[in-house]
Amino acid sequence: MTVLSGLYAGNVRAVLERGFKVIGTQNWAILVSGFFEPVFYLLAMGFGLGGLVGQVTGPNGTPMTYVAFIAPALLATSAMNGAIYDSTWNVFFKMRFGRLYEAMLSTSLGPLDVAAGEIAMALFRGLLYACGFLGVMAVLGIATSWWALAMVPVALLIALGFAAVGMAVTSWFTSFQQMELINIVLLPMFMFSSTLFPIDVYPQAVQWFIQALPLWHGVELMRQLSIGAFGPMTAVHLAYFGVMSVLGVAFCTVRLRALFLR
Amino acid sequence: MSVIQARSLVKSYGDLNAVDGIDFDVAAGESFGLLGPNGAGKSTTMRMIGGTSLRTSGTLSVLGMDPETHGPEVRANLGVIPQQDNLDTELRVRDNLITYGRYFGLPRSYLQRRADDLLEFAQLTDKAGEKVDNLSGGMKRRLTIARGLINEPRILLLDEPTTGLDPQARHILWDRLFRLKEEGVTLVVTTHFMDEAEQLCDRLVVMDRGRIVAEGSPAQLIRQYCTREVLEVRFGSERNAAVVQQLGDVAERLEVLPDRILLYTDDGEAALERVTSLGLQPLTSLVRRSSLEDVFLRLTGRSLID
Repeated sequence: MTVLSGLYAGNVRAVLERGFKVIGTQNWAILVSGFFEPVFYLLAMGFGLGGLVGQVTGPNGTPMTYVAFIAPALLATSAMNGAIYDSTWNVFFKMRFGRLYEAMLSTSLGPLDVAAGEIAMALFRGLLYACGFLGVMAVLGIATSWWALAMVPVALLIALGFAAVGMAVTSWFTSFQQMELINIVLLPMFMFSSTLFPIDVYPQAVQWFIQALPLWHGVELMRQLSIGAFGPMTAVHLAYFGVMSVLGVAFCTVRLRALFLR
Repeated sequence: MSVIQARSLVKSYGDLNAVDGIDFDVAAGESFGLLGPNGAGKSTTMRMIGGTSLRTSGTLSVLGMDPETHGPEVRANLGVIPQQDNLDTELRVRDNLITYGRYFGLPRSYLQRRADDLLEFAQLTDKAGEKVDNLSGGMKRRLTIARGLINEPRILLLDEPTTGLDPQARHILWDRLFRLKEEGVTLVVTTHFMDEAEQLCDRLVVMDRGRIVAEGSPAQLIRQYCTREVLEVRFGSERNAAVVQQLGDVAERLEVLPDRILLYTDDGEAALERVTSLGLQPLTSLVRRSSLEDVFLRLTGRSLID
């Protein structure tokens, strides 16, 4: 008997099929709206505010326009938002109101099939947003290095980390008020994770705090990729999301077992 | 040959034993009932059979497997009809059946045919492309049952199958379930409705506070724990209690409920004559056959539906 006995039936595919069927029939408006949010930020902040800001210093001291500075950060945020939307609000609704998971788990599916399928759907949304945003960056001439293409798989990694942790955390929430906590955490993280201005404006203690948060690592990583300028921190950023993803998935499995195998 | 076997089955939540050491066997093709009030441990027992609730102690075997370690394999042979419908409201009626079948890993070509057969069985063929939210309560229930049959289960678990349905919808549903039974599907039904248990179950156990308090066919249980008939008399809520002393010898046994007195006897009309000959004039009186409700009252001292 292994840790996974009774938890996994090797049929993640059926969960994905269901997800795509739903997207194909009705979810387009919601799907697209999440894509526009960072694009609007890019246009308003990048071009509006960017005119006042002028040049800023990017990774390894490379000078960048303000638009080019915030675009990769918005891409990281976009991947995060896509993953979080699917893994928190969608999961919350299906768990507490639609009772979809209860139905799925009365079939031969195990909790791990469901978790993996739902996380994969969240990644798919993250992937769509990342590709769309990268397209916008290309059109605006902000993506200057071929490394920028690597931003897509990295966006997936970021999405995986957030989706897994988001889903695990959501498993504790039982009311809409508690769900609001997610926004209370995400919004300041978006504002202060060196997304819109460099981190060195803060006192050292605040910098350490921000550097412990996942989005900062995502933003820095994306920014390095956008111009192909890497340093020793690149590996740290990648490792951060690697660990976050592994812990998140493990956490999810434990929580699903607790919730559905009471 | 039994398809489900439970021995000393216990499920505790903290200090509470929701299921408190029960033993039962369900034979293949049998229609088996778990009867009891809310909180008796029926649904918990059902969840343990499906492997979505882990037992605290005891043994449980479903089709020769332990549902705890072989959940997916056990559920491949089960049809689970939950107490509350949990249809996929983001999918249309027919897609609900097909998608659910995919969760069992069944091939799409098979499911296309199977879905059409089941829609006909559930009398929902003309609703195939409808949104689930637009169905009536009875239709949703039938769709849930059709969905539970998608994998041609050997055992169908029905948790309160007709709660919340109007009488006509209930009868349609009972008719469908009866057909399944004729086809040899084993039915396990929980209910707190006596008439439902009498309609559907070959054999049942009466549960109360996590324990089995009686077991047998509906007729056996009534014979064993009740007289043939019941006389119900009402004297008005104030007088009921006062009158009871005088009624001592009229029937074999009596139960005083807040609104009426139940007199258990083999001849209800004769008992009514004895009541009136005592000079008592009930406001209303009714003679009826004993039911499982009376059995339950006898066994637990409480009515099923509070």
